[in-house]
Amino acid sequence: MSVRIQSADFDVAAECEALTRRSGAVGALATFTGLVRGDDDLVALTLEHYPGMTEREITRHIDEAKARWPLLGVTAIHRIGRLVPGDRIVFVGAASSHRNAAFEACEFLMDYLKTRAPFWKQEERAGGVVWVEAKSSDADAAKRWKPR
Amino acid sequence: MKLFYFAWVRQKIGRGEDEMELPAGVATIGELMSSLRARGGGYAEAFAEPQRLRAARNQDHVQFDARISDDDEVAFFPPVTGG
Repeated sequence: MSVRIQSADFDVAAECEALTRRSGAVGALATFTGLVRGDDDLVALTLEHYPGMTEREITRHIDEAKARWPLLGVTAIHRIGRLVPGDRIVFVGAASSHRNAAFEACEFLMDYLKTRAPFWKQEERAGGVVWVEAKSSDADAAKRWKPR
Repeated sequence: MKLFYFAWVRQKIGRGEDEMELPAGVATIGELMSSLRARGGGYAEAFAEPQRLRAARNQDHVQFDARISDDDEVAFFPPVTGG
């Protein structure tokens, strides 16, 4: 398992390679890459986080994903600092023997990353700077994963 | 105890952290919020609407009725918006 919070960009191909070469039993790799969407007049996003709690929260959810699905490898990367439209912002990859586990674990981790990991986004637009408000649709998405 | 503030909570208070003794008569996160609000200034603004805030104790999400002690690390922040 690899959890990284960094300002630098990441290489999706290299992350996929690292997740699949670890074990010959990997038959499926599902990944999600989130990008800064250049809608309206967005100039940039600036992300801050709670060092320590972020890693702890993501690691806890990866442990929960491993208890739910037979995973062979998981990587979660989240960038912080100032990012512009088109920049990669988050990556989650889940490797397993079969596709259902990989797909579901990847979605599960993204839903929890959005609603529990302590990151905050500030949007910079032509008109000024505002903090992004949390969306209830993200909270609803996380609720579909019933506690086990 | 150690306090951390993030996003607009940090901006309203004007600093990212505080170190202080647990105020007398404060036993929960909610009571600590009232005590900080009573300091006035940026604290009063940051804690004016508790329903807009979330809290963590020792880096775990907690509700406002969670009990706290002087050894705890407590953080206040808006609902998270990562991903």
